[in-house]
Amino acid sequence: MEVDSPSCIQAKFKSDTGEETGSPLDLPLNITKDQLQLICNALLQEEDKPFLFFVKDVEITTTIKDALDLKTLNSEEVVEIIYQQQAVFRVRPVTRCTSSIPGHAEAVISTCFSPSGKKLASGSGDTTVRFWDLNTQTPLHVCKGHSNWVLCISWSPDGKKLASACKQGRIILWDPSTGNQIGKPMLGHKQWVTALAWEPYHRNPECRKLASSSKDGDVRIWDTVTCLTLLSLTGHSKAVTSVKWGGNGLIYTSSQDRTIKVWRADDGVLCRTLEGHAHWVNTLALNTDYVLRTGPFHPVMDNNAYSDDKNVLQQRALDRYNAVCQQGAERLVSGSDDFTLFLWLPEKEKKPLARMTGHQQLINDVKFSPDTRIIASASFDKSVKLWEAASGKFITTLRGHVQAVYMVAWSADSRLLLSSSADSTLKVWSMKTKKLELDLPGHADEVYAVDWSPDGAYVASGGKDKVLKLWQH
Amino acid sequence: MPQNEYIERHQKLYGRRLDYEERKRKREAREPHKRAEKARKLRGIKAKIFNKERRNEKIQMKKKIKAHEEKNVKQNTEKVAEGALPVYLLDRDVQSRAKVLSNMIKQKRKEKAGKWDVPIPKVRAQADAEVFKVLKSGKSKRKAWKRMVTKVTFVGENFTRKPPKFERFIRPMALRFKKAHVTHPELKATFCLPIIGVKKNPSSQMYTSLGVITKGTVIEVNISELGLVTQAGKVVWGKYAQVTNNPENDGCINAVLLV
Repeated sequence: MEVDSPSCIQAKFKSDTGEETGSPLDLPLNITKDQLQLICNALLQEEDKPFLFFVKDVEITTTIKDALDLKTLNSEEVVEIIYQQQAVFRVRPVTRCTSSIPGHAEAVISTCFSPSGKKLASGSGDTTVRFWDLNTQTPLHVCKGHSNWVLCISWSPDGKKLASACKQGRIILWDPSTGNQIGKPMLGHKQWVTALAWEPYHRNPECRKLASSSKDGDVRIWDTVTCLTLLSLTGHSKAVTSVKWGGNGLIYTSSQDRTIKVWRADDGVLCRTLEGHAHWVNTLALNTDYVLRTGPFHPVMDNNAYSDDKNVLQQRALDRYNAVCQQGAERLVSGSDDFTLFLWLPEKEKKPLARMTGHQQLINDVKFSPDTRIIASASFDKSVKLWEAASGKFITTLRGHVQAVYMVAWSADSRLLLSSSADSTLKVWSMKTKKLELDLPGHADEVYAVDWSPDGAYVASGGKDKVLKLWQH
Repeated sequence: MPQNEYIERHQKLYGRRLDYEERKRKREAREPHKRAEKARKLRGIKAKIFNKERRNEKIQMKKKIKAHEEKNVKQNTEKVAEGALPVYLLDRDVQSRAKVLSNMIKQKRKEKAGKWDVPIPKVRAQADAEVFKVLKSGKSKRKAWKRMVTKVTFVGENFTRKPPKFERFIRPMALRFKKAHVTHPELKATFCLPIIGVKKNPSSQMYTSLGVITKGTVIEVNISELGLVTQAGKVVWGKYAQVTNNPENDGCINAVLLV
């Protein structure tokens, strides 16, 4: 005898932050995702926004019926449908190499797009920083000034300066429009610089302060106008591996002494020491990384409403920051040599929110998706793993590389992920299917640096084979 | 035998001759002249020994002078090292690996032609009489159709013997090899790698099919543990190598990877 399964269920919509929307509805079981989207748009009084829907942590891909377990379903109960809004715009996956530009005489170690996505710079082992013209895809400026490998580069949030640091611990600022050096070189670090971080745009639209971390265990905050050290944050007992400047005036540093330290940026006071890792902490990522990086530049909307007024821009950056950081606290994720990741709430507490285990080798890079929902971690065990950013729950493993994965980069709409590896390929992963979308061979050797432009149009990659490659749809 | 330090004692008690310093200076000033005269006069083995000593002395002197000079002038131009690495690899011991091997198309073309640009281009041909030993069989040892290979051979995993009656060639177990010492010419490193097969023995096609390995033979080796990758990001596992020694004399196979 067959039991008639109910044809309708009681359901209510709930956002992923936990706010309920509208009153419970009677929905037919064979309602599709598109129909749900229409209902949701009507309830929220929005127009044509894409959503993802989840029932009990299962994504609805076709109809509600497929996502629900009908046997255990209690037809009396109200089913909660959780909706997540997705980016309105879409980034098309990069599919081909539009140009491979030679120029560097040594391996390309770092590449970075400007916050607006209109300019591109790269640093190399031949001691030069080079700017590239994205429209013609040709070299623009060659900047000589360093005396050793240029290890890291970083654009100021207004896109008008580029800071580069070399293996001798010297930091130089460059003007991207002329390729000339700005000011004196900033001397002070005794060993090489491992990371650079600018003060976020909404804190100070002048873009004056820069933090740098070094192998010698110091973190220095520089005034880029006078080219002098404002503060020197000492406290780590071993090399500092990464530095992040948070949006609420805190600086986060990770170190090989197994700790993460939180400093107040204004006076350099140590606020908190986060302990938990059992080995070197290699990398840090903030859930606000993407908004802090792009600052006042919105990847799609701002192009027509560009303004020169710094106050307007600052307000815009602040609005974008607040929109992402709704709960009022930044989340920090750290990857380590002990094969684990930790999720922290560094503004509030010393205890980790979650410990994420599963990797079988050290974790080299970790990034939050721009919509702050997913964490991607790249490891030397040849895999990329995805984690839920809210809880730290494991989502899936992306396998395909045959050697260590060095870097990951997200597309601006969080629908695609790019990974670069020692096996000389880039791979594009789709977040919808959680599978390999595209394989991008082309480099002749290890790919050290990769960056997806904030507007999603280009991908730049550089590696040991000395060429810079640009990829497009 | 002198008893105790009587000279020092005397000096302490009575001091030195008054012209001691003067005489010493003059003796030292005369020294090069004396030495030059000696160098001119010496003949034969003595000259040889003297010159050798003098040469070593000079080398030491020059080294010392150079060391002093370096100490005085502080070096401030540090050479930029090659093989730049990103920040995240600086603290890790990364072995330097050679660049990814040549492009595949070129190699395929060569494969088709059966010609390689090999380190040892000319090899002495191996005569049949040298490679094969005739084994006599039959009750009165009249039959002589059986041959034994007297060189090193590679016999694949899936080889099964035929019945002795049909087995014309015997490849002795003692001369069968599974591994070869392969040198990577760019890395200048040698690895002990498993052999996959014999690609070509330049002496004869028959030797190739028998798996005979002599000097100059091109063999295929399994290099997957070196971790080289192709342009498309796949691990390369088979590569050709040329044998550089006489394996039958040495008891091991040395080969150079063809890059």
